[in-house]
Amino acid sequence: MVIWDWEFAIKVLPDLFKAMRVTVAATFAGFGLALVIGLILALGRRASFKPLSLLSRGIIEFIRSTPLLIQLFFIFYALPLATGISLSAFQAGALGLGLHYGTYLSEVYRAGIDAIPRGQWEAATALNFSRLHTWTRIILPQAIPPIIPVMGNYLIAMFKETPLLSTITVVEMLQTAKIIGSEWYRYLEPFTIVGALFLLLSYPASVLVRRLELRLNQR
Amino acid sequence: MFELLPALLRGLGVTVQLTVLGSILGFILAFLTGLARLSRYSPVRFIAACYVEVFRGSSLLVQLFWMFYALPFFGIRLPGLAVGVLALGMNFGAYGSEIVRSSILAIPQGQTEAAIALNFTPFQRLWRIILPQAWLIMIPSFGNLLIELLKGTSLVSLITLTDLAFQGALLRETTGRTIEIYSLLLIIYFILAFFITLSMRWLERLAAVGRS
Repeated sequence: MVIWDWEFAIKVLPDLFKAMRVTVAATFAGFGLALVIGLILALGRRASFKPLSLLSRGIIEFIRSTPLLIQLFFIFYALPLATGISLSAFQAGALGLGLHYGTYLSEVYRAGIDAIPRGQWEAATALNFSRLHTWTRIILPQAIPPIIPVMGNYLIAMFKETPLLSTITVVEMLQTAKIIGSEWYRYLEPFTIVGALFLLLSYPASVLVRRLELRLNQR
Repeated sequence: MFELLPALLRGLGVTVQLTVLGSILGFILAFLTGLARLSRYSPVRFIAACYVEVFRGSSLLVQLFWMFYALPFFGIRLPGLAVGVLALGMNFGAYGSEIVRSSILAIPQGQTEAAIALNFTPFQRLWRIILPQAWLIMIPSFGNLLIELLKGTSLVSLITLTDLAFQGALLRETTGRTIEIYSLLLIIYFILAFFITLSMRWLERLAAVGRS
């Protein structure tokens, strides 16, 4: 008995490739949100106004230590009931990913900002830079380049979490594989292909990030 | 709101069971693989690296589905709980092996040399000198990974295991009280994660006894 059916595998490949676009789109939409949310949370945490910094810290801790799956259910099913704002499945998914990974990225931003020597802050004050200019011209341009590889790692990690969006009816790769599987009663090929596609995309990406890291360390 | 708790907590046992069993399997795999990646034999290093890259490079949910739906095509039919533990443990082990490897590499070379000079056997060298020091470095990272594992257990509800997330979905279908159910679920997971954080801190203090 031949277990693996090549003919079937080749037949379902185009559908899976098409679904990959949704996966990639969700990854980048989520990551864009995460970059913004992460920065806001990182700044919130540094705020001198105590309640604000405590609140940011609480949000970060809470979101980081609860499962993305439940957060997605909350955003997709409970949020419309609570607020009346109804999001499409894709929007809810991107928001869930963005929030979840935003809390991780806030820690990355924090590490980058903390690594800036005090002298830079003092020099900006001495040169009469406004607070906004200190951040946008002095601190962030120095804080962000060294943390880019770490952010790259989180981008890859987030990419691998996108199959969770299938649970809130986003038709990405895994959901497509499931549909194909239940249609033909063959799960082996579609699921194996999906796993292989993830590996095929994430492994080279992680090698690239590692190279980038080495190059940054050399400087 | 709180009258929903007993029904939800029916899933707590499965979640805790999966976290505990998955982490035990994961720890064993993490140590074996971490050491294998530092082996002097290149085939051993290669096999260990393949395992790590495959499980780190594809997604946990895909691995879970693959083991649940695709493995039976090879004639291997495992019960749901076994699939959950296996997928979580192997995923956890792959990530954990990197922690083990990097912690061992962080121990200064002089420690190995001193152990050789003192005529320790390779096993004693690892067990008495390297691992006790590396262990201290590993604990915080393992703590973070354990919380990732706890969060990962929620995925088993999608392969019909009756954990917290599954009971939540079930309860939602029968009562329709979506907001309360998912809020409670998030709080329960948060408390579980907090418990892990506390235990890891305790473990860290325990491991640091007698060291500065």
